[in-house]
Amino acid sequence: MRHFVVAVKQVPDTTNIRIDPETGSLIRKGVPSILNPYDAHAMAVAGAWKQKMDAKITVISMGPASNEASIRECFEMGADRGILISAREFAGADTLATSYVLWEVLKKIHAEEAIDVIFMGKQAIDGDTGQVGPQVGARLGWPTLTFVNEIVSMDDEQGLAVIRRTTEQYRETVEVKMPMLLTCQKEVAAIPYASLPMLMDAMTKEIEVWGFGDPVAFEREKVGLKGSPTKVFRSFTPELKQMGEVLPVEMELAEKVTTAFNKVNLEKLLGVKA
Amino acid sequence: MSKSDKLQIWTMVEIHQGKADSVSWELIGAARNAVALGVESGGCGIEYDVTAVVIGEHVQEIAKEAISYGADYVMLVDDANCGTYINEVYQHALFEMMEEHQPDIFLIGATTQGRDLASGMAAQLSAGLTADCTQMVIGPPKEDMPCLLMATRPAFSGNLMATIVCETARPQMATVRPHVFVALERDETRKGKIVEFEVKRPFVNDQVKILAQEFLAQATGGIEFADVIVAGGRGIGGKDGLVLLKELADVMGGKLAVTRACVDANWASHEIQVGLTGKTVNPALYIACGISGAVQHRVGMQNSQKIIAVNQDADAPIFSIADVGIVGNLFEVVPEMIAQVKAMKSGMGAK
Ligand SMILES: Cc1cc2nc3c(=O)[nH]c(=O)nc-3n(C[C@H](O)[C@H](O)[C@H](O)COP(=O)(O)OP(=O)(O)OC[C@H]3O[C@@H](n4cnc5c(N)ncnc54)[C@H](O)[C@@H]3O)c2cc1C
Ligand SMILES: Nc1ncnc2c1ncn2[C@@H]1O[C@H](COP(=O)(O)O)[C@@H](O)[C@H]1O
Repeated sequence: MRHFVVAVKQVPDTTNIRIDPETGSLIRKGVPSILNPYDAHAMAVAGAWKQKMDAKITVISMGPASNEASIRECFEMGADRGILISAREFAGADTLATSYVLWEVLKKIHAEEAIDVIFMGKQAIDGDTGQVGPQVGARLGWPTLTFVNEIVSMDDEQGLAVIRRTTEQYRETVEVKMPMLLTCQKEVAAIPYASLPMLMDAMTKEIEVWGFGDPVAFEREKVGLKGSPTKVFRSFTPELKQMGEVLPVEMELAEKVTTAFNKVNLEKLLGVKA
Repeated sequence: MSKSDKLQIWTMVEIHQGKADSVSWELIGAARNAVALGVESGGCGIEYDVTAVVIGEHVQEIAKEAISYGADYVMLVDDANCGTYINEVYQHALFEMMEEHQPDIFLIGATTQGRDLASGMAAQLSAGLTADCTQMVIGPPKEDMPCLLMATRPAFSGNLMATIVCETARPQMATVRPHVFVALERDETRKGKIVEFEVKRPFVNDQVKILAQEFLAQATGGIEFADVIVAGGRGIGGKDGLVLLKELADVMGGKLAVTRACVDANWASHEIQVGLTGKTVNPALYIACGISGAVQHRVGMQNSQKIIAVNQDADAPIFSIADVGIVGNLFEVVPEMIAQVKAMKSGMGAK
């Protein structure tokens, strides 16, 4: 049997975020928290492969107790086990501290029940960093592929997977050996509709809570705010983009176009690319 | 490269198909600019070196190019194992370099490859990594503080800007968004030193095998990676309008995108929709034609470096975020644009 782990983050729905113009801070009140959209697709692809082969899916999420909602959403898509990693000590973590905690948790899970594939989102929409996946991969020393948009095959016998990914320059087909870590784009799988029995099951299934010292002994200085080398020195609302210039209506068409092209430095732009 | 009191700033050179990606040279320009800004704001008048890291196979010429773009030093690994990017292999080479030389600052392009490489390195070095920064200053953040990299990045979908510093962990790492910073003019007379770095431990890679790699011409990649986007809204009136815009996109070597109104009308596929329920893009240039500029569209494109808007309604909200606005009929403006780009290009070819 194969063992998949999906790491999911619960994030504020950034499309609903407002900033207090006076203080420059986030107004979190009334902003709903959601399962990070890319993570939902990562879970969906794990669920889809579970239907094709004998597999078990474990979901992990680090965050406050309210993250249970996201784990339940994963149960609806076929996850078998859910672990919430939650403690005051973990608060304020940057990507390095987050990847440290996930790494320790994954090692523990792996020691008990060997992991074959870790699925993550390509990025979390609250920070848009996309750093945690490759950081965890490097810590584990496992092959790591980011921006996966298709899992073509998973050879159960040989432990090989064929993956497609697209970057700015390439469309690649890559063969990877298990155990591996993949970060997923939305195209990797569509979000399935949950069946009624699955929905019922998801509501009642138990979620394990792992705290600071038990069952994993973390190093205090590597977690949370303490373990985060990056510090926000200051934050501010961006200057509104300078209201641009609308060219005078009476200007001649050819001149309008020339002026516009000059203003954006088009010659240079196209020259660089030539 | 003697370990000196000078601040050591390193930048990564990203190579595809034997050519350096333009972001590589932007990083060198960005580093020098960041120090200059620090001095300007009363910061430390520090001395510093910029070292460009070149890893690849048959990349001697690129190492020389790095110097003509302003690097003082180049750390070069020219090795048959490094012909294509595999994160483990590149991290291996970089890790040895970093251990030996311990730079203060390390900048990498915020590309798919750069993010991957930077993240893996940061984890291995326990370094702080700021993602996707768009402003940089190197100087003391406050009086009595040492010279630090102050990296500013958009957070929460651009609703907030955050300036990040790493006080103690080294190197201070950041990925830097392409097209934001300006490269120095290429100058073959610049002097610098190329250091061939010898990787001591053998390379291993038996877990990842690239079966096929199709190099995407600028024109076939997704819109989220395009340098130039020509976007159409309901104002294009139908599929014929899209053909016109496609022609403009093609002559500019760019990509076509649309608003949701066009997708809803079945003129185009969702794959090229920009906005809240579509893709987010940040090209160097976004030309919006017949687009009103609804907020759901704007969130997907307002981080473009330059925006030209064409709309016949002078009150269209799109003009409020455009760098240049042309009030007019797109069926007149776009053909004129096509003609001028063609002229511009043939002019360039003659040089
Ligand atoms: C939940 C939600 C999500 C949404 N997500 C998205 C999204 O992801 N992306 C998106 O784009 N929209 C999205 N929308 C829709 C959005 O609100 C707008 O309706 C849409 O962006 C309008 O598209 P448009 O500018 O093409 O059309 P219109 O608003 O109809 O504007 C057409 C413009 O073309 C101009 N025009 C007409 N003819 C010409 C001509 N010959 N020459 C020059 N100008 C001309 C007109 O003056 C007008 O300004 C979303 C809406 C909702 C509620
Ligand atoms: N707190 C967390 N708990 C579990 N997984 C996480 C957490 N933070 C990030 N991840 C995973 O890492 C991916 C990238 O996150 P980020 O680097 O923050 O953009 C997410 O899509 C998740 O799969």
